[in-house]
Amino acid sequence: MPEIRAKVGSAVGLHARPAALFAAAAAASPVPVMVCKPGGDPVDARSILSVLTLDARFGDELILSAEGPRAAETLASLAQVLETDHDQAQG
Amino acid sequence: MAGVAVHLKGIGVSPGVVVGPVAKLSPPPVLPAGMVPSGDPDADIQRTREALDRVRAELGERSAHAASVAVDVLSAQAAMAADPVLAASIFGKIRDGRAAPEAVKDALAAFGEQLLSIGGYLAERAADLEDIGNRVISVLLGLPMPGLPIRDEPFVLLAQDLAPADTATLDAANVLAIVTEQGGPTSHTAIIAKSLGIPAVVACKGAFAVQDGTRILVDGMTGAVVTEPSEEEVAERVGRLAKRRAAVTEYSGPGRLSDGSRVQLLVNVGTSSDIERAGLADCEGVGLFRTEFLFLDRPGAPSVEEQRETYRRLFESFSGRKVVVRTLDAGADKPLAFVRMADEPNPALGVRGFRTARFHPDLLDDQLRAISRAAMGSGADVWVMAPMVATPAEAADFARRAHELGLPLAGAMVEIPAAALRADHLLHAADFLSIGTNDLSQYTYAMDRETGALPELLDPWQPALLELVRITAQAGQRAGKPVGVCGEAASDPQLAVVFAGMGVTSLSMAPVSLAEVRAELSLYSAAQCAKAAELALAERDGESAREAVGTYLDSVLQT
Repeated sequence: MPEIRAKVGSAVGLHARPAALFAAAAAASPVPVMVCKPGGDPVDARSILSVLTLDARFGDELILSAEGPRAAETLASLAQVLETDHDQAQG
Repeated sequence: MAGVAVHLKGIGVSPGVVVGPVAKLSPPPVLPAGMVPSGDPDADIQRTREALDRVRAELGERSAHAASVAVDVLSAQAAMAADPVLAASIFGKIRDGRAAPEAVKDALAAFGEQLLSIGGYLAERAADLEDIGNRVISVLLGLPMPGLPIRDEPFVLLAQDLAPADTATLDAANVLAIVTEQGGPTSHTAIIAKSLGIPAVVACKGAFAVQDGTRILVDGMTGAVVTEPSEEEVAERVGRLAKRRAAVTEYSGPGRLSDGSRVQLLVNVGTSSDIERAGLADCEGVGLFRTEFLFLDRPGAPSVEEQRETYRRLFESFSGRKVVVRTLDAGADKPLAFVRMADEPNPALGVRGFRTARFHPDLLDDQLRAISRAAMGSGADVWVMAPMVATPAEAADFARRAHELGLPLAGAMVEIPAAALRADHLLHAADFLSIGTNDLSQYTYAMDRETGALPELLDPWQPALLELVRITAQAGQRAGKPVGVCGEAASDPQLAVVFAGMGVTSLSMAPVSLAEVRAELSLYSAAQCAKAAELALAERDGESAREAVGTYLDSVLQT
């Protein structure tokens, strides 16, 4: 299954707004995406509650995985969402 | 559609006049015991899906209008309501034979526990999740949406009573006024409303029966609540408010009546962090410095030197102004580790306040010594007073000790009816008196001020309490000595007028109340204040006293 690794770019961690934005981006993706910490159980990336319970902090590495025709581009774009500092972007 | 105006009456606790649509705060839903599933899981799932969707839409809508801080919480909440894993978990439980509201409750509880176990920021989100659950369940049960109402336009918040949790996310920009059916002048609602500057009326009987969306007038000064008010009534009330508002911006500095008579305006200080902030307030000094924070939650008494440091900080912030320090007010209700107290069946009536000095004289002498040393060269005009004085002998004992330790002005607090009734005799030795209306009310009416069951017995407008204030103030006038009021009552602008009319020479309050009190005092002459006092004392209860004075003062402004 195609995978991509990305680090959490938001200073507050994958909490609050960054988590909501990430889950929303996953929900808008053409294929289902799973996310986990290395060695952890993968969870549905569209689920903000599941994403929150990963308790991923700033700089933590996460593994995104997906299957299907557009998996590679989906993973690349979600990795970018993950690595952006959304708190910074908000100003 | 204009209906018939209905006049309701509560206690005004935060001044201001507004008109707006009512939005009610409903309590969280209670699940009936032993719910039976409908037998049609597919239909239940569909209803639950719609309920989740409606909650998500409302929260999303609300986050679009919310103030910056709340946006994150609300948009995350909206996302939770749209969470596919949460939905799948709820639907699974419904298929397993659970009734829909119970399935929602269980599924959310499972996620809530996970968040709580992580702790920190995520644990706080568990409360957001619970709020979503309450909203979804309310939709399923056909109940009104609980929690703070969501509206496109600003509204008058109407509740049975407000809990601290309800007000945490209260958005002052969206709430025009608060009206509660229960609560009293010292309830949480009153405190929050005052601090946010939102007009509020509490203890307004019949208010919760007003329908959602009804146009309602709230007068946070007089306590009037009027549904479907006429244009004339709104105009009159707004006109009077404008005069009062103009006075707020026009006047600053020392308190004075319209004829120039002086009423000193002071602030209450009760924590270490209050000190600097209070120093910046537009006031003539500190009328009540509560010193308990120095003594509580520590194994031993603070040294003279440590106390001196803290007092010094306050006195320097108030250089050139007056500072009244109240000595330690400990007792079985505020126990200190180093002051052994016998167990008392009734701490409010036990060895507390100045009475503890009988058993621990050194504690008081050390405190007086520290205050005296800190006062020296600080530039502040330092006065000291003893709490809970009951007899002239106690007042004399305290004054003698304070004078001996170099403090020239030593007074007594009047919090016990016995002290008020014998104020003339207290003033033989005491240099001044300060009336603590909260305790004086409690001891006059034999009603614990923490008890909310009978709010009318806690009303500071009650004539018997006012009578004791008048007796004390008149004793001060005869003796040519100052008499202040430093309880919660002093922050009620119209009660401040009544006190001034009785001859009270200073009023001490939370800094936030200063401007309104100063403004209201500035609108009336000494004779008009005396007339207000006379009217209040002629009434039979607090409600009618408030009403009589309110009507009279309005008539003065109308001319």
